[in-house]
Amino acid sequence: MTKQIIVPFGPQHPVLPEPIHLDLVLEDERVVDVIPSIGYIHRGFEKLVEKREYTEYVYIAERTCGICSFIHGATYCQGIEQIMNIDVPERAQYLRVIWSEYSRLHSHLLWLGLFADSFGFENLFMNAWRIRERILDVMEQTTGGRVIQGSCKIGGVRRDISNEKLDEMRRDLDGIEREIRDLTTVFLQDDSIKHRLRNVGRLSKEDAYHLGAVGPTARGSGVAIDLRKTGYGAYGKLNFQLVTDNCGDCYGRCAVRAQELFTSIDLIRQAVRKIPDGPIDVRVTGAPNGEFFTRAEQPRGELVHYLKGNGTKFLVRSRIRTPTLTNIPPLVRMLQGCELADVPVIVLSIDPCISCTER
Amino acid sequence: MTSEIPETVPVEVGKLIGKVEEFRNGGYRLVQINCSKIGDVYEINYSFDKDYGFRNLRITVTADTEIPSISGMYWGAFIYENEMHDLFGIRVRGMNIDFKGHLFTTAVKFPFSIAPSTLTKDEKP
Amino acid sequence: MAFFEMTKTAIKTLLSTPATILYPAQPAKKTPLSRGHVTIDESRCISCGTCQRKCPSQAIIISKEAKTWQIDRLRCVVCNSCVDTCPVKCLFMDTQYSSPVIARSVELIAITYVKPVKPEKKDEASA
Repeated sequence: MTKQIIVPFGPQHPVLPEPIHLDLVLEDERVVDVIPSIGYIHRGFEKLVEKREYTEYVYIAERTCGICSFIHGATYCQGIEQIMNIDVPERAQYLRVIWSEYSRLHSHLLWLGLFADSFGFENLFMNAWRIRERILDVMEQTTGGRVIQGSCKIGGVRRDISNEKLDEMRRDLDGIEREIRDLTTVFLQDDSIKHRLRNVGRLSKEDAYHLGAVGPTARGSGVAIDLRKTGYGAYGKLNFQLVTDNCGDCYGRCAVRAQELFTSIDLIRQAVRKIPDGPIDVRVTGAPNGEFFTRAEQPRGELVHYLKGNGTKFLVRSRIRTPTLTNIPPLVRMLQGCELADVPVIVLSIDPCISCTER
Repeated sequence: MTSEIPETVPVEVGKLIGKVEEFRNGGYRLVQINCSKIGDVYEINYSFDKDYGFRNLRITVTADTEIPSISGMYWGAFIYENEMHDLFGIRVRGMNIDFKGHLFTTAVKFPFSIAPSTLTKDEKP
Repeated sequence: MAFFEMTKTAIKTLLSTPATILYPAQPAKKTPLSRGHVTIDESRCISCGTCQRKCPSQAIIISKEAKTWQIDRLRCVVCNSCVDTCPVKCLFMDTQYSSPVIARSVELIAITYVKPVKPEKKDEASA
């Protein structure tokens, strides 16, 4: 009978962007069970909604996460607009889509860099982040902030992008696309990377669906769920293909995210071509009364905001269910049976954004 | 628009397991379990999704009711049920992985069950 | 067998200029829209208090009797709400970040706005 030992993973680990704690139960070098433990970054956002008016809560909703910040703000605004039956002008919806897709590009490039770092390829990590700098420069030129944009408000957006700037962004995307193509060729074709990622952290399609996996974690196992297909915002007017992969291992999840970079570039080009002229916001009066579940697609998966108001300026309840919270049970399933040296790669392949998870 | 008003079905606590089993057999996946404190009662929403169609079950309980766990049918529900226990103090019977209050370590126990203070925004605490 | 896929990128980056800036020896790159810190033109402020009400982190405090406008730089999140809602447009967003400090303090600015004299009433200006 082999002896079992428990090795703690995290909360401090060079590979993790945010702190999470996993107790790994090992027999020799093989993991047999995992006990996750979170709570290192709980800031009590949902309690703060009782103290800040609903118009100011946008700033707080955006600061839930540093990587996927724009989509949190946009989804919160979308939820309040649904409760109050506000019609957002078309130009504002297209601008939100353009910024969301830039946000997705920068998040996937950040993840590709961290992933390369987790199996030891630091030059690849730095090259992915070098391309990401170009995306962040565009975000700063159009909104004023690299990481926290602050450009969504209830009823529309706060800043406009001129048509000349939109054309310049579209031309820059050609250069960015060439560099991304070189980078993803390395990730997908190089043999030493394939050796580290193939058959590591397998998740079958059945397990992915029933354990609640969302986003690229689910799409890497063949489950075709992408909330952008429901057509919220301006996504209903844009065409794109879902990207899935049937392998279900770390290589599959990496391939899905690498391919989604090109989907995002294509969506930005379509949006820039189709954006109409017009106002960018509407005046908002009154207070929300009612409740709503609103969903959006973050780079990591499906985001749900539940909002409930009772007619006063302060909301009664705001609940943010982020994709990483629901990707933790599939992570526990993936880690059972793997080798200890593969644990950082598998933990990073679900793209953990723990500050979103714990709000 | 995805955000059509989701169908919310109010349910008794005793009939919860039966309804959830209907959803499981119908191929729905669990989206989230949410708890809100309205006055003295807690409203718990169970959300399910299939092919982008969103359905919702809602139960209303008081602070001392014990609710059954659905982790027998949805293995991944343990994370929501532990979070509900750690933040609101609701007891759930039969969770498959029970953290016994240690999933979220907070300075104050059951922080979200405390009523909002009456200070307005401009007053300093 | 595909090896050495990275060679082209590696040689290109070896032979080109560095992608990083030697900050703080060289200044950080900024755009005209970058949000750094809030500045006020104190000769135009009418002490209406709108910026104090709209600030989401309660960083601005105005005192009408003492005619001061104070801001706590560490509470300010540079969200631009005060700049957007000021009715006389006396607040501006500068592109450089506020400098680091070693102790918490507030920045106090005296308001020098003088209400203009109305000629037909022949009243003294209430300063």
